[in-house]
Amino acid sequence: MATSTEPKAPGIGVPTWDYVAAPEARTIVQLADRYDHYIGGEWVPPSSGKYFATIDPSSEGVLSEVALGEEADVGAAVHAARVALPGWSALPGAERGKALFRIARILQERSREFAVLESMDGGKPIRESRDVDIPLAAAHFFYYAGWADKLEYAFPGRSVRPLGVAAQVIPWNFPLLMAAWKLAPALACGNTCVLKPAETTPLTALLLADVLRQAGLQPGVVNIVTGDGGTGAGLVRHPGVDKVAFTGSTAVGKEIYRRAAGKRVTLELGGKAANIVFEDAALDQAVEGIVNGIYFNQGHVCCAGSRLLVQESVAESLLRKLRHRMDHLILGDPLDKNTDVGAINSREQLSRIQEYQAVGVAEGAEIYQASCALPEKGYWYPPTFFTGVSQSHRLAQEEIFGPVLAVITFRTPEEAVEKANNTPYGLSAGIWTDKGSKIFKMLGKMRAGVVWANTFNKFDPTSPFGGYKESGFGREGGRHGLAAYLDVR
Amino acid sequence: MSTPRIGVRKTYKLLIGGALVRTESGRSLEGPTGDNVPWASRKDVRDAVRAAHSAGSNWSGITAYNRGQILYRLAEMVEARAAEFERLAMAEGSSEPAREVATACDRLVYYAGWCDKFAQVAGCVNPVTGPYFDFSVPEPMGVVTVAVGPGAPLLALLTQIAPILVGGNTAVVLADDAAPATACELGETVTTADFPSGVVNILCGKQAETLQAAASHKEVDAIDVVGATLDDRFWSGAAGNMKRVGSHGPYDWLDPGCQGIGWIERYVETKTVWHPVGI
Repeated sequence: MATSTEPKAPGIGVPTWDYVAAPEARTIVQLADRYDHYIGGEWVPPSSGKYFATIDPSSEGVLSEVALGEEADVGAAVHAARVALPGWSALPGAERGKALFRIARILQERSREFAVLESMDGGKPIRESRDVDIPLAAAHFFYYAGWADKLEYAFPGRSVRPLGVAAQVIPWNFPLLMAAWKLAPALACGNTCVLKPAETTPLTALLLADVLRQAGLQPGVVNIVTGDGGTGAGLVRHPGVDKVAFTGSTAVGKEIYRRAAGKRVTLELGGKAANIVFEDAALDQAVEGIVNGIYFNQGHVCCAGSRLLVQESVAESLLRKLRHRMDHLILGDPLDKNTDVGAINSREQLSRIQEYQAVGVAEGAEIYQASCALPEKGYWYPPTFFTGVSQSHRLAQEEIFGPVLAVITFRTPEEAVEKANNTPYGLSAGIWTDKGSKIFKMLGKMRAGVVWANTFNKFDPTSPFGGYKESGFGREGGRHGLAAYLDVR
Repeated sequence: MSTPRIGVRKTYKLLIGGALVRTESGRSLEGPTGDNVPWASRKDVRDAVRAAHSAGSNWSGITAYNRGQILYRLAEMVEARAAEFERLAMAEGSSEPAREVATACDRLVYYAGWCDKFAQVAGCVNPVTGPYFDFSVPEPMGVVTVAVGPGAPLLALLTQIAPILVGGNTAVVLADDAAPATACELGETVTTADFPSGVVNILCGKQAETLQAAASHKEVDAIDVVGATLDDRFWSGAAGNMKRVGSHGPYDWLDPGCQGIGWIERYVETKTVWHPVGI
């Protein structure tokens, strides 16, 4: 990323072609020293008086402190949501919609501030927070705002009503975007919400509280309680909650599902997507898709294309192109506009990825890592892939949630289908071929909720997203996303 | 005076993988009709799930038009056996057997007509921002275990099963304990209705026992339960592989609200597909 001090080739006037650092200014973000819970439209100190630090994973520097939510805080937030429910759900849809449109607009106006903060707190490249996370979050509010007064068209011939108070627990990989995915449809449908942001990335959700204030949203309609896994567990178990929406790991999702015992639940969990490249694919485009599939957001993506299934005849040339492309990825300062690969979200996640690296090596797979220097401070891991991976390897079965790709080869389309579906997950899949009929044959056989053909990792508020099998259930986005927040009769 | 004739009684059997079979356990129970009925075991559940799993591609792979015709054929077969179904329903607790059997038949016809239409209502094209063609289609969940709810013996069975089949799923049906003979009779009827074998499997005996076996079976994708209280053990099993559980009812089965596209959508997944638009 930074300029090189030595030319790479001898000779006078030979340019090095290195990028000059282009960091986005952090001054647009005004952080408080500490943040309380946002309950009933007020900032409320935690009942325990306890706070915990949230850090910048690229420097390990402390950004701020946030409240540690405990039972009493969760109870107060659920109570505030219950109190706000009759007023909000009785509001004409058009009025609820207008409130959401306001939120969308303010998010657009403050997008730069949100993007910088998202990259500071989570470590993702500013290019991604600026071009993907924040615009999509605003678009989600804008999209669902328009549904609020049209719900009768979503389920023709049936009657709909809101479910009540929604408990929403979101992950750290797309902090603001996940908040938008959860809040926008819930509010459009007339529910009130208690949102629990992830432990390591609470700051953009807390900044969103300021947007809600600016938008004039009624107090208690959205409440935000920060904390750790225990806070989230307390929230989803609270008897005053009518609906549980969780995005996160399959292990936690199963526990929530088991204990929810019949409560309305939607779960968006892990994945181990196969990105299948046929010999007749446009290989250069496929390489871009593979890179975007697994190294986007440091691989902290539930639908990441973490398994590359490549047809044997093109495996060698594809991997050569992939190595070349990986070596040109720029890893470093998340706030630098040139950065392709940012910091790993937390120390804990970094150790998890390193553990999987050790597992891969121990299982006999061969490792390749991009030749980039890692900064000394912060949490970093280079783009990596393993070859010689077999179906039974843990690298091929378990979600790593990092920039680690498992490369597997196949000979026939049937074998590709068999291998692609051979995990407990079923969130997404990719298919690369220039033959249209082959795409349709393959996509019909993929047990996955989202299939990207000749593209990967694309998202849109109009497009339903969610998993098959152990990747969870329910859809977010599109008309289908409304069903998760309505009682349809 | 002639000697009174001794009637020929039926031996009721389970339907597993297209075959009418006795339970592998050799157990039976005396049902409400006075007949012995099989008391299906955990192993029968496994056999039925295996059969339903293998039948998946045979059912979801045929055309929607064909599925509609097979469901309609089932209605024809049920109508032809209406008198026997009414007799059994009466013996198994129905208060309005004629109305229930007629409604069951009509409900099958209703769902037969949905087979080649519901994807047009449940699916959609998504107007995404960017040069992509994006659409969402419903797909079957796979093997759905149906724990039949109480009341209206034949009507309850078909009200629960038909929409699941419309969605392209295969079914392992666990009869209501109070109505085993009706379920076995339906099993015989199914074998005459052109279904690929294994699409519908019917077990009877003690539902609580077979339901728990199904809950912990990894090849079961979803469970439909009506009017039952589900315990921790059930949820531990179901959460093991994230089975979709529809726990609903109880119902007045004659209510027209007991049919509709919502009943189909409960057991379909939504698949979203993206493709770039360009030259």
